[in-house]
Amino acid sequence: MKFKRSMVLVSNDPESLRKGAADVFRAFQLELANFDLTEEISLTQFTDGGREDALPLVIVYPEACAYGPVTVADVKRIVEEHLYKGRQVDDLLAPVKELSGRIGWLKTRKGTLPSEKRVVLRRAGRIDPENIDDYIADEGYQALAKALSLTRMQVIEELEEAGLQGRGGAGFPTGRKWRFVGATKSPKKYVVCNADESEPGTFKDRVILEGDPHSILEAMAIAGFAVGANEGYIYVRGEYQLAQYRLEKAIHQAREMGLLGENIFESGFNFDIHVHSGAGAYVCGEETALLESIEGKRGEPRARPPYPTTHGLWGKPTVVNNVETLANVPAIILNGAEWYRGLGTPSSPGTKTYTILGNVNFKGLIEVPMGITLREVINIYGQGIVPGQSFKMAQTGGSSGSIIPASLQDTPMDFESFRKAGVSLGSGALLICDERTCIVDLAITLMKFFKFESCGKCTPCRVGTDRALRILTAISQGQAHLDDLDTLLKLADEMELASNCGLGQTAAVPIRDTLKYFRAEVEAHIRLGVCPTGVCDMASELEMA
Amino acid sequence: MPTVKSLEDLKRIREEALQKREIKSTPGSVQIIVGMGTPGIAAGARETLKAILSFIEEQHLTNITVRQTGNIGMDSWEPIVQVQSAENAVVTYGKVTPFAARQIMEQHVLAGKIVTDFVIPA
Ligand SMILES: Cc1cc2nc3c(=O)[nH]c(=O)nc-3n(C[C@H](O)[C@H](O)[C@H](O)COP(=O)(O)O)c2cc1C
Repeated sequence: MKFKRSMVLVSNDPESLRKGAADVFRAFQLELANFDLTEEISLTQFTDGGREDALPLVIVYPEACAYGPVTVADVKRIVEEHLYKGRQVDDLLAPVKELSGRIGWLKTRKGTLPSEKRVVLRRAGRIDPENIDDYIADEGYQALAKALSLTRMQVIEELEEAGLQGRGGAGFPTGRKWRFVGATKSPKKYVVCNADESEPGTFKDRVILEGDPHSILEAMAIAGFAVGANEGYIYVRGEYQLAQYRLEKAIHQAREMGLLGENIFESGFNFDIHVHSGAGAYVCGEETALLESIEGKRGEPRARPPYPTTHGLWGKPTVVNNVETLANVPAIILNGAEWYRGLGTPSSPGTKTYTILGNVNFKGLIEVPMGITLREVINIYGQGIVPGQSFKMAQTGGSSGSIIPASLQDTPMDFESFRKAGVSLGSGALLICDERTCIVDLAITLMKFFKFESCGKCTPCRVGTDRALRILTAISQGQAHLDDLDTLLKLADEMELASNCGLGQTAAVPIRDTLKYFRAEVEAHIRLGVCPTGVCDMASELEMA
Repeated sequence: MPTVKSLEDLKRIREEALQKREIKSTPGSVQIIVGMGTPGIAAGARETLKAILSFIEEQHLTNITVRQTGNIGMDSWEPIVQVQSAENAVVTYGKVTPFAARQIMEQHVLAGKIVTDFVIPA
């Protein structure tokens, strides 16, 4: 693929279509061809253009310049002035207040540098994480002070109104979880921060813990106050030694200043936090296995129900939240639910962090409003696919996510849109694969991971991952039959239905996605004995023969 | 360390911390911030930091504060060094090897000239 210097998006939601967006799109095709720009400018469609008055909306990247409402008559001017001569057409710009949060966000970006408006990564890379004064100078612990001046119920309601959903993968509403724990009568409750982060390629939590550890302590104290807990645990992945060191240091400093411990802000509220190190098992990120592990037992998931909200750590009601989820909490308490809802989409407010990896020009961690599309992430933040290649698929969420084919790259990335499209966001890793990636090879890599990490407690997962891996390997060696694909799907069904926890259940996903979106490529391995990308070994054998 | 008993205490500490920052940004002073998250350290941020510190020592420089911070998210560009002087806004440098660090110290910190070669492009 040639390097595209610019990208034009035309909205295609029902309202835009009603107002003639399809004609506008065609007019762009025509004008881009007239000005001989088709080679250097890509043209696509998108949904979620903000408010109705600005539709049909046209966005031009990398400037994130939004025109709207655009009519067919305007198209020539936009192409000639903006795309050909490089001059923004001021009188056609959409009024800023009509834009959705995400476009507003993209407009404030300063080149490669992160947006100033980041929420959970606001302080990471800016403050000294080992100095509590730096955190306090940047509004630190003010949210805790504010929460303690409210009632417990008010804190929970603020969170519910904000619509914060868990960022650990499942997207469960955080406010509701806190309400469940708050409603229990137990005199002893716990707050647990899930910092196990063992999804391959996911490192967002590490960046928060290393760069802004006090924000997690503050959030946990707020959670403790809201649900009536006075003790918290942070379960940190064993490999994250720098994060553990900085957390311990932060806890020590907060205790010295009386921001943890007894009678915080003279409110009568006590709260203290322990750091607990994991030891390298992926399954210990599953919340009930994590609780077992803290209790000193073997890290195997419990049977549910009962859920941790009523029977958690040592049988007591427990809030378990992911690091990124918690990092949102102080900002929500301080700035209010309405501010938070201004970011992201109506059904998934707020921002999401993504680790971008794979065949893109820029790799790293970004924070963007919910609802951004994969295409935008790849082209704007990833600075495009590596030269000479084109996008084939993305793998979300480390391993427990979905495989997203090119046809879904314009789907807004938020919990609801992804659920509708039958894919999942997972933890926020985005592994971008170009055409050189073999789908069977990818599926094998994922299945190896699941097999290795299966704790072995339940049969569907222990045996299912092993059998699936054998079949996938046979496919990659040209030794499988077509009915093996039916067996694979049956295994997927059984793992999904009968596994005890999310590990075995999500192990079914790569099988399903592979056969749903890339069946032809898989069948080529079987029917023709060829790996179309030339990755699997048998292809080279064939060439040699 | 002072203890915090009320929102007023917290605000006072905040004011003091902000004031300290003000003093640090008086004319002629420079603040150098080195990204010391895992990716930064893996890319050699410790060596970069050492090069900066030894430059300051060799040249007997004063009015410079060197601080650490976490990872800002641009892993492709580590080690990352931010330089802030009272005169200039923050300049973010990427792939700062010890060699690059010395150049930045000589040209930007001493002579006030931004070393465009190492600035992360917009
Ligand atoms: C196999 C498996 C591994 C998991 N690993 C993690 C993890 O590393 N970090 C995490 O936050 N959640 C992980 N989860 C999800 C947790 O069980 C739980 O949903 C989450 O901690 C809830 O927090 P949240 O509501 O803030 O997202 C994992 C789940 C499964 C099934």
